[in-house]
Amino acid sequence: MTQGNSMALEIYRRMQRIRQFEAAAVDLLTRGEMTGGLHTTPGQEAAIVGACMALGDDDYMVGTHRSHGHPIGKGAGLDRLMAELLGRTTGVNRGKGGSMHLSDFSVGSLGETSIVGSGLPVATGAALGSKMQRNGKVALCFFGDGASSEGTFHESLNIAAIWKLPVIYFCENNGYAISTPATETVSVSDIAVRAAGYNIPGHVVDGQDVMAVYEVTAAAVARARAGEGPTLIEAKTYRFDEHAIGLNLPAYRSAEEMAHWRARDPLILFREALLSRAEASPEAMDAVAEQVRQEVAEAVRFGLDSPHPDPEEAFDHVFVDPILPLDHRKQEAF
Amino acid sequence: MARVNFLTALRDAMAEEMRRDPRVFVMGEDMRNNLYGSSGGLLDEFGPERVLDVPLAESGVIGTAAGAAMVGMRPVVDITIAPFLYPACDQIVSIAAKSRYIYGGQTSVPVVIRACMFYNGGSAAQHSDRPYAMFMGIPGLKIVVPSDAYDAKALLKASIRDEDPVLFFEDFNVWGSAMRLPDDEDIILPLGKAAVKREGSDVTLFAVGGAVALSLAAAKVLEAEGISVEVIDPRTVKPLDVETVLASVRKTGRFVAVDPAHRTGSLASEIVATVSERLFGSLRAPPLRVCTPDTHIPFARGMEKGLFPTQDRIAAAVRHIMKGQG
Repeated sequence: MTQGNSMALEIYRRMQRIRQFEAAAVDLLTRGEMTGGLHTTPGQEAAIVGACMALGDDDYMVGTHRSHGHPIGKGAGLDRLMAELLGRTTGVNRGKGGSMHLSDFSVGSLGETSIVGSGLPVATGAALGSKMQRNGKVALCFFGDGASSEGTFHESLNIAAIWKLPVIYFCENNGYAISTPATETVSVSDIAVRAAGYNIPGHVVDGQDVMAVYEVTAAAVARARAGEGPTLIEAKTYRFDEHAIGLNLPAYRSAEEMAHWRARDPLILFREALLSRAEASPEAMDAVAEQVRQEVAEAVRFGLDSPHPDPEEAFDHVFVDPILPLDHRKQEAF
Repeated sequence: MARVNFLTALRDAMAEEMRRDPRVFVMGEDMRNNLYGSSGGLLDEFGPERVLDVPLAESGVIGTAAGAAMVGMRPVVDITIAPFLYPACDQIVSIAAKSRYIYGGQTSVPVVIRACMFYNGGSAAQHSDRPYAMFMGIPGLKIVVPSDAYDAKALLKASIRDEDPVLFFEDFNVWGSAMRLPDDEDIILPLGKAAVKREGSDVTLFAVGGAVALSLAAAKVLEAEGISVEVIDPRTVKPLDVETVLASVRKTGRFVAVDPAHRTGSLASEIVATVSERLFGSLRAPPLRVCTPDTHIPFARGMEKGLFPTQDRIAAAVRHIMKGQG
């Protein structure tokens, strides 16, 4: 991806796609068209898009339970993502995954997991596969501050370090594991310093500044492709919504803190930066936002018009082939 | 036809698949030094890139194998002692078993996880588990428990070629058992198919892993007493070949399940339940289980040796069921 106006507008477009997709999903949930927990992204768009823009189309990416933004940031179409949130058979997971597993493998995704920290070994293994296949692909693993306390974080960084695997561990530190602040559960102020324990580079970056995220990630990607091994990046960011929409937890974040981060809305910051540097006109950015509005409206229409899965589809994809010796549909008649 | 023991059969299976398919590689603890006896010569033939010694990080190692499998590799992980699976359970259950399903068929996780069951050897409670039954309730996992060298080789080769994650449990008590195997033939057994290891007409003896040899020995003794025993080895615990078992029980009308695992929630419990559900009216006696009682495995020989199924306990159960008693 080259520097310049086209890249700036593409970054803006991807951030708008995430922001507007999430707004439409919340609207569908509120109207009762959608069920289940909805873990939304607003506030964290710059971290996601900055990281994804540093990856090639073929590179791998692993997400988290808060992962609507990751496939969008990597360039996935919105129709099948929205259909999945609506539990339709046209959904990217054919209605089997929903909000916590919204993973589009066609853009390099290798899953989004709802067991916190469980994606780190998967990304490590994808990087091992890349190294063995000598295909030049890197893997980028998103995870949160909470996951940095999981054993899989430490095991994965150690494995990637000893084998010099082409992987980037990208922590979206939004400060909270649901309602528990990282200040109470993480032994360090900067998770990035944990890289030192594994003899790999660690970087802290302003997660609201998309270009800063892009640059630090691009350097880590170049390092990985050069065979120099993994990097840990920590983006300081914030989640604007609740852990899941409608959770209604007692207030655990102060009004001042929320206002501080709202004022650092990554879309507004980036728009202002582009205007101040005259890299994009307001008209051009408004046109991008309008295109995205139409794209999201079309995705909602596609999802709502799509059929629900046949209940029999619950038996598909357990194994590569149907289970022949014990046909549950016949066995469990009662 | 060379005489090959169980461990050499496993080594040969991995070597043959590594020669056949460059995507296959092995990883585990102390593999390069062949600590457990089934990886001898692999390092010399395939080099350090395809024979990986791993850190002590079971979750990280199995998850790494799963990730490599998702991008087109064919990892064979030797977790070595079966209870070492426990620290990795999340990666086995939530990642390896569920990824094909959760992602609507967008991916496959063709990983083989080998685990040996070191019971009956003075290894005490944390090293003696036979935990295949713990994983039976997880859809998406295939579970294989071979009982002899031929099956070990042919089933491991099939497991490596399979598109789904396979847990492959190796019974320490049959490691030394040897048999003649064809030298050049590419021997493969399908997963999900049971074997009738001995034909008989009075009692169906269902046995798994190391219990198969014990059941065959018991059947020989019982033959001299005029009792004809059919021995069925499921080979694959999941998917379980129920039809082969039912066909046998339809013939004999009597069913004994032998399982070295703890009795509660065992494979024996599962197959007895299925046989009872399907053939209750044609059973000539209540089915029986011969298992390990629900206590931990102690260190001292005198306490340990009586806990697992033995040839004598199996024979006694068959004599009991022949009297029409449950």
